[in-house]
Amino acid sequence: MAEYSVLIGGKAGEGINTAGLSIAGLFSRLGYRTYMYFDYPSLIRGGHNFAIIRASDRTVGAHRTPVDVLLAFDQNSIDNHRQRIHSGTTVIYDASQVVRAEGYGLPLDAIVKEEKAPPITKNSAMLGALSRVGGIGREILDDVLRATVPAKHLEANLRVSGRGYDAAGEVFTVEPLDAPALPVLTGNEVTGLGLVHGGLDTYVAYPMTPSSSILHFLANRAEDLAIKVIHPENEIGVILMALGLAYAGEKTAVGTSGGGFCLMTESLSLAGMSEIPVTIVMGQRPGPSTGIPTYTAQGDLHFVLNAGQGEFPRLVVAPGDLEEAYAWSATALMLSWRYQVPAIVLTDKTLGEGAYSFDFGAVATPPDHEPVLWDGAGEYRRYARTENGVSPLAFPGREGAVVKATSYAHDEAGFTTEESEEVIELQEMRFRKGESLNAELATYPAVKTYGARNSGTTIICWGSEKWACIEAAEEFGARVVQPLVLAPFPARQWKEAMIGAGRVVCVENNATGQFARLLRQHGFDPGRPILKYDGRPFAVDELAARLGEVFA
Amino acid sequence: MTPDQPPGRPAGGLISPAQNTWCPGCGNFSIQHMMKSAIAELSEEEGIPLENFVLLGGIGCHGKLADYLNVNSLYAIHGRSIPAATGIRLANPDLKVICHVGDGDIYAEGLDHLIFAAKRNSDITVIVHDNRVYGLTTGQYTPTSPTGFKGRSTPGGITEHPINPLEVMLAAGATHIARGYTKKVRHLKDLFKEAVMHRGFSLIDVLQICATYFNLTDYYNEHAYEMQEGEVDTGRFESALGKIREWDYDREASIPLGTFYSVEKPVYEEKFQALTAGRPERRALVRKVIEEWR
Repeated sequence: MAEYSVLIGGKAGEGINTAGLSIAGLFSRLGYRTYMYFDYPSLIRGGHNFAIIRASDRTVGAHRTPVDVLLAFDQNSIDNHRQRIHSGTTVIYDASQVVRAEGYGLPLDAIVKEEKAPPITKNSAMLGALSRVGGIGREILDDVLRATVPAKHLEANLRVSGRGYDAAGEVFTVEPLDAPALPVLTGNEVTGLGLVHGGLDTYVAYPMTPSSSILHFLANRAEDLAIKVIHPENEIGVILMALGLAYAGEKTAVGTSGGGFCLMTESLSLAGMSEIPVTIVMGQRPGPSTGIPTYTAQGDLHFVLNAGQGEFPRLVVAPGDLEEAYAWSATALMLSWRYQVPAIVLTDKTLGEGAYSFDFGAVATPPDHEPVLWDGAGEYRRYARTENGVSPLAFPGREGAVVKATSYAHDEAGFTTEESEEVIELQEMRFRKGESLNAELATYPAVKTYGARNSGTTIICWGSEKWACIEAAEEFGARVVQPLVLAPFPARQWKEAMIGAGRVVCVENNATGQFARLLRQHGFDPGRPILKYDGRPFAVDELAARLGEVFA
Repeated sequence: MTPDQPPGRPAGGLISPAQNTWCPGCGNFSIQHMMKSAIAELSEEEGIPLENFVLLGGIGCHGKLADYLNVNSLYAIHGRSIPAATGIRLANPDLKVICHVGDGDIYAEGLDHLIFAAKRNSDITVIVHDNRVYGLTTGQYTPTSPTGFKGRSTPGGITEHPINPLEVMLAAGATHIARGYTKKVRHLKDLFKEAVMHRGFSLIDVLQICATYFNLTDYYNEHAYEMQEGEVDTGRFESALGKIREWDYDREASIPLGTFYSVEKPVYEEKFQALTAGRPERRALVRKVIEEWR
């Protein structure tokens, strides 16, 4: 197995994220599958940012602790990562900043001064040195720079990268693979694209880490994708605007994190009662409250399952990688419209801001679903009683229809009612809709498994921990079971997936085992918990060590 | 229960079959009937199909109007109808979107949305049923209640001063600002029509009688007057501000009724319209974005 790990670290504002993506691009150009974990504190300049790029001839979606190459712009980038350095690690550092290091010291200040290049080109010097260390030809390096650097800065970057290249020596050889160069995208970008696949007309959001980059990406691509992108005054305005758009016929999604979602819950309940479809991308980060804003967690599962006053059906899905993010964002939007329920795409910082090779061809294209529309016959009633609970939609402006949507308990036409019988009918109708959704989901891969059945050990995980678990499981020959749908809970598929599970552990990025609690609610045994709640995702080796303690 | 002699033309099917539960003598009846007449007349005079009107309601007595008129409606939640109205207008530029809101509803709970809708010149109409008291929750002070107001939550009387919502709206960038009174129904109807036809954000603060908790009929009858032609220059900020400050919702003063300010500015929703026009095949666009990724 060919695989490489590279860490690049420096101060915020030095372009570490972009440099990391260039490194991923370099490996991608050689046919490798890549994954990048980006770690940064909540500040604009200074501090310590780092990215770990892992490249492999197989699919990767998690990092490992040791690195083969460490690119250090400052002393912290070495001192904070001593545990990652081993005998085979090559350290490349900025000799203008780092005083204690062994490896290739690049006098970056002198290089950029001599080349009359802006300081940001120091990243290209690192990229050049990395290429040399990995035996990657100059032409490939230049090609990657040409693809990523704006034309007016290209020449300076090529000169500086050449200096870095010349300053290092070849340590190992990254063999080109006979595989296509896949694009490297973040979970947020692919989630946005998936929403558009599902029929998105308009995206509405207020900035909040880790979901802001969906807003930025879609705003930047609004013309290319023919969508509207709107940034209103706050998250309350966001979801109300979305509901207004949807009431008038536009498929709309919003994106936020825990704090913003708190503000949306009042209107989540409105969506439940008024049956106006909306899709919410909920990118988790560690709470409570402001918590650790730029880090990761899976601590809001029960929050999204239960948010909003009253009882109403909802769809909650939790993709674990790009291919799932694409398919399930599209599915969430389509099913939200098909069943007129709010849909939540539950992600986290790891998936949303992590970068992965995107194998578009490997996306399981979800089935198409159109909303049920009014046929124009007779008098229009927005909440007409039907067997499957779904009332046909009409939108304002439609001749012959008076479309009355409401937050109150209502009769079929949408007029307020407080009558016992009508209230019961309305509630039961809503839950028929939820049952219909549940029946529909039986035809989807709502629970996925990896590895052999009857292996005697099973690892349960959800969301972004998927790939760390799949890799770690291989060391134990264990099976991995991953729910994609969390509500309505796919109990039948779960039961089927867990036949012969043997010893079970449940891996989660939270302190209380929230998915385990959900399993117990549905009468399933979640096994033993393996929890991590420091705001960081599991490294594969770290998880393997924890599994070893349990399976020993 | 209805105003003496409705001055508008009868509007047949526009009154819904929903049972009306407002108190006898409530100022909401005037608003309801003048809204109904305004819609009927605008439909006829301006050729706007009835199905292109959308009403929104917040929560409070005012919101029931969403039930009582047989027009498209989104009966929303407390203080939150305005962003939904902007969403509706964003989705369909042909729609005439009219928010009926209360003074507690929008000047307290939803003030941020109101200010931002004015700031961005969203092409919607906001009609505030300003009875200066919470009716449905049985008599508490609102942002426009006068100093000293004794409500169930402030039995000792409030010490704070009311906001002048029209001044707030002018400062926020509203492009059409007016005040009406529920006892001057013909005038009210004309204000409604003018505001609905205004391109951009329009707000009418309607002094509305609350027959049960704060009946100011005599006070308003004594102090309110319709502004005459030329009394205010509606194209000039300073002129409008001066007139708006003639009464501050607190001290005793004459209360001007009519349009204070009306100017043209670019409409917020229009710049988004071209993006989704023609509903292109977006999946091909997604594929293109991915294929061109470097």
